[in-house]
Amino acid sequence: MGENVIRAVDGVSLQVGCGEFVALLGSSGSGKSSVLNLIAGLDRPTSGSVVVHDRDLAKLSREDLSRYRLHTVGMVFQSFNLIASMTLAENVELPMRFAEVERGERDSLVHEALARVGLQDRMNHRPSELSGGEQQRAALARALINRPQLLLADEPTGNLDSRTGTEIMNMVREFNQQLGMTVVMVTHERALAERYAQRLVFLTDGKLVSDEANLIVGEGATEQGRL
Amino acid sequence: MKLPDLGELAVRNLRESILRNSLTTIGISVGVASLVAMLSLGIGLQQLASRRLMKSGLFDTVVVTSRRDLRNSNRGEDRSGPAPGESRILDEPTRLEIEHLPNVLEAYPDIRFITELRFEDKPHLTMVAALPSSAQSNDAFEAVQGRFFSSEMAPEVVIQKTFAEELLGKAPNPGLDETNVAALAAPLLGKQLTMRYAQREAPPAAPSSAENSTPGGDQGLAGAAYSVVSRELKLKIVGVADLDPESMRGPTRARVFLPLKLAESLHVMQPTDLREISRAASDQPVYSSVSVRVKNPSGVQPVEDAIKKMGFNTFSILDASRSIQQFFKVLDVFLGIFGSLALAVAFIGIVNTLVMAILERRREIGIMKAIGASDGDVKRLFFAEAGAMGILGGIVGVALGWAIGQVINLGTNIYLKRQSFPPEHFWAVPWWLVVFAVLFSFLVSLAAGLYPAGRAARLDPVQALRYE
Repeated sequence: MGENVIRAVDGVSLQVGCGEFVALLGSSGSGKSSVLNLIAGLDRPTSGSVVVHDRDLAKLSREDLSRYRLHTVGMVFQSFNLIASMTLAENVELPMRFAEVERGERDSLVHEALARVGLQDRMNHRPSELSGGEQQRAALARALINRPQLLLADEPTGNLDSRTGTEIMNMVREFNQQLGMTVVMVTHERALAERYAQRLVFLTDGKLVSDEANLIVGEGATEQGRL
Repeated sequence: MKLPDLGELAVRNLRESILRNSLTTIGISVGVASLVAMLSLGIGLQQLASRRLMKSGLFDTVVVTSRRDLRNSNRGEDRSGPAPGESRILDEPTRLEIEHLPNVLEAYPDIRFITELRFEDKPHLTMVAALPSSAQSNDAFEAVQGRFFSSEMAPEVVIQKTFAEELLGKAPNPGLDETNVAALAAPLLGKQLTMRYAQREAPPAAPSSAENSTPGGDQGLAGAAYSVVSRELKLKIVGVADLDPESMRGPTRARVFLPLKLAESLHVMQPTDLREISRAASDQPVYSSVSVRVKNPSGVQPVEDAIKKMGFNTFSILDASRSIQQFFKVLDVFLGIFGSLALAVAFIGIVNTLVMAILERRREIGIMKAIGASDGDVKRLFFAEAGAMGILGGIVGVALGWAIGQVINLGTNIYLKRQSFPPEHFWAVPWWLVVFAVLFSFLVSLAAGLYPAGRAARLDPVQALRYE
């Protein structure tokens, strides 16, 4: 029984440069989310290494790993994962509580982050009072609040209609281009990936099957913009 | 995470499931209340007992006797100091010396003698004792009918209830305790008693035993250096005491009391005079025993030691008081254990509530970890919630316990009043108990949070977030 190890990700070797926008593609169960969790420091590889900024996440302590998630990584999820009992402002403030940002600075930072995603009027609403698109925008604001260099998105448009999905993706691209953030996005929609990512990585059964530059990046966006 | 943030998040989490957390907090309150109630009952009873006993004068009194006194020679409890044969006699300079010891309030000679008192021409034989004016604060004179002596030299007496019964020709009925002292006192107060006593007189210049004593009073001992004269003194009854001020003395207790200075001035023949006959030529009185009043019970031991060093035997009832204190300590422990049982139930309640909260907030914990909360942050958050419930429950519990105490105190006093006893305050919540109870509740709650907090901290965020 012990030998019957399920290898969710096996022998994947991937290098992402600073400021890149990479899409991880594959059908469900292909291991793309597992790769993302490894990069996020939520999971540890049983063997091998995940090196971010010259630090091997596999060798970090749990404490250091949480600090890495706090300061280096921002994450958005398919199901938004906002805390239901907190208002948007409180949700966005939460990472700053863990990062021990001074109380006096927080309010303006929260306001700024929510204004960036166009939710300054919804600050004191709870997630359940908002549409999916608004919730995902709030999640983006939360992901950015501690100024991470790496944005990880796990099917960010999976629960959204195509119009709001486009809205979110435009924001992600904006962060990539204007703030110089490195983006790694997991999706099963090839069209979406082709429209925004600079690089497409395909996984099947935990193995990397292809890694190619996206030559048509940008075109899709202009087309979509016209819609 | 900083403390204010921790507190804020904990409070908002507690508010989220207000019903469950309130019920848990009430559970803690009841536990703390029962603990406080039990302990304050124990403390109150102890205070009541020691207040009563302190007033009785038993615990701050040291009785000093000379080692020459044969009664004490076979005690064998203290053999330090000079041998009985050459030890000092208990005379006036010694009394003054004792009185000047630190912590000593006063040292007065025990003057007591059996003599005849005539009331309405009927003789009554009884023990008479002298009381210092400080005895006024004695518990026994709290419920005195009439009053205490007007001065140290006043020819007045306070008599004990049983003697009053005897004077009035009433048979004491042991079956019925509740003799009405007021009824006894009414016909006696202000009446006169005639005391007949034997006065010891210094010998006249001539060494011979002159025939100057009245018949019947002459002790006529061969070689006696003093003579004894029979005297009479008229005394006014000013008070009738309900309680027995000398209950500790057992069979030698007196039933009639005189002011001390008056008694001293009478030079009544004392039993010791016979023993000290060889030195009785001295003008200075020799006392069979001296009572020493100490400022507080804790000062009794050092005073006793100092007097023993002077070469006298001492006796105090401190040992008895120690065993009483021990009894109350044991009582406190038992009451505390019963009180703690309710808190133990509350402990399980907290564990249950927090474990339920983990299941319910599994996803939330996963989210917090995904956005950067450390294991420690999550653990501390659960601890903060447990601690907040503990402090809140502790405060409410102390208030509740205090209220329960007040109600019981009130109820009991109504009962006591109906039984015509004076009201008593046997319920005490000292400030340290308040602090202790809240702190204890806080610590118990933290202990209850130990397991849930650890479990929440170890939660795997990937697993938690996969839960949809």
